[in-house]
Amino acid sequence: MFALTDTVIDVHRVADAVRRAEAGAVITFEGVTRNHHDGKGVVHLEYEAYAGMAEAEMEAIGIQTVSMWPGALVAIVHRIGVVDVGEASVVIAVSAPHRDEAYAASRFVIDTLKAKVPVWKKEVYLDGSAWKANAEVVDESSN
Amino acid sequence: MQVKVRYFAVLRERAGKSEDLVDVAPGTTVGRLFVDMFPPSAEGEMPAMFAVNQAYVDADHPLKHLDEVAFIPPLGGG
Repeated sequence: MFALTDTVIDVHRVADAVRRAEAGAVITFEGVTRNHHDGKGVVHLEYEAYAGMAEAEMEAIGIQTVSMWPGALVAIVHRIGVVDVGEASVVIAVSAPHRDEAYAASRFVIDTLKAKVPVWKKEVYLDGSAWKANAEVVDESSN
Repeated sequence: MQVKVRYFAVLRERAGKSEDLVDVAPGTTVGRLFVDMFPPSAEGEMPAMFAVNQAYVDADHPLKHLDEVAFIPPLGGG
């Protein structure tokens, strides 16, 4: 499951997409809208994606993850449109035979997503708005 | 020849539209097209990344007739 959605993400549904008998660990990660950034109050976020390419890049991350941690399985769902404070903008589920690779793979997926998947975020404040770039960038060789 | 240009986020707002058909000379690179369309300005330098036909390419990637081109502003997903 590699998808964009403009409605609230069902975390359990994403986790169920990677659940299987061989996996002893399932980790879900939620990126959640904060109510503040650099001291400014955030009302909500607005996400925009390059539909088509975004899903393809998410799937490529899934394939790369499996090549790095054989036996892992990945699902990613990213919100687009308005995301209110406290709601998840992205949900990542990773399953693996053991917890060590599940934790490592989950971290790799979110870091790579932030550097590769064509999605943009606008923070909307009470008194304005701004496009916000990810500060984190992973190694370009991860492609 | 013509290419289809897709605009996203800050570039969509600067362009005032989300896509366009643009005439380009044969041999034009995606980086050259970007500089021609969005000359460096006080608003700051832009994208580090380019996509052609929905795959990342380098700035020196030459464009072909009817390619779908996207200039990728700094990403904010996650």
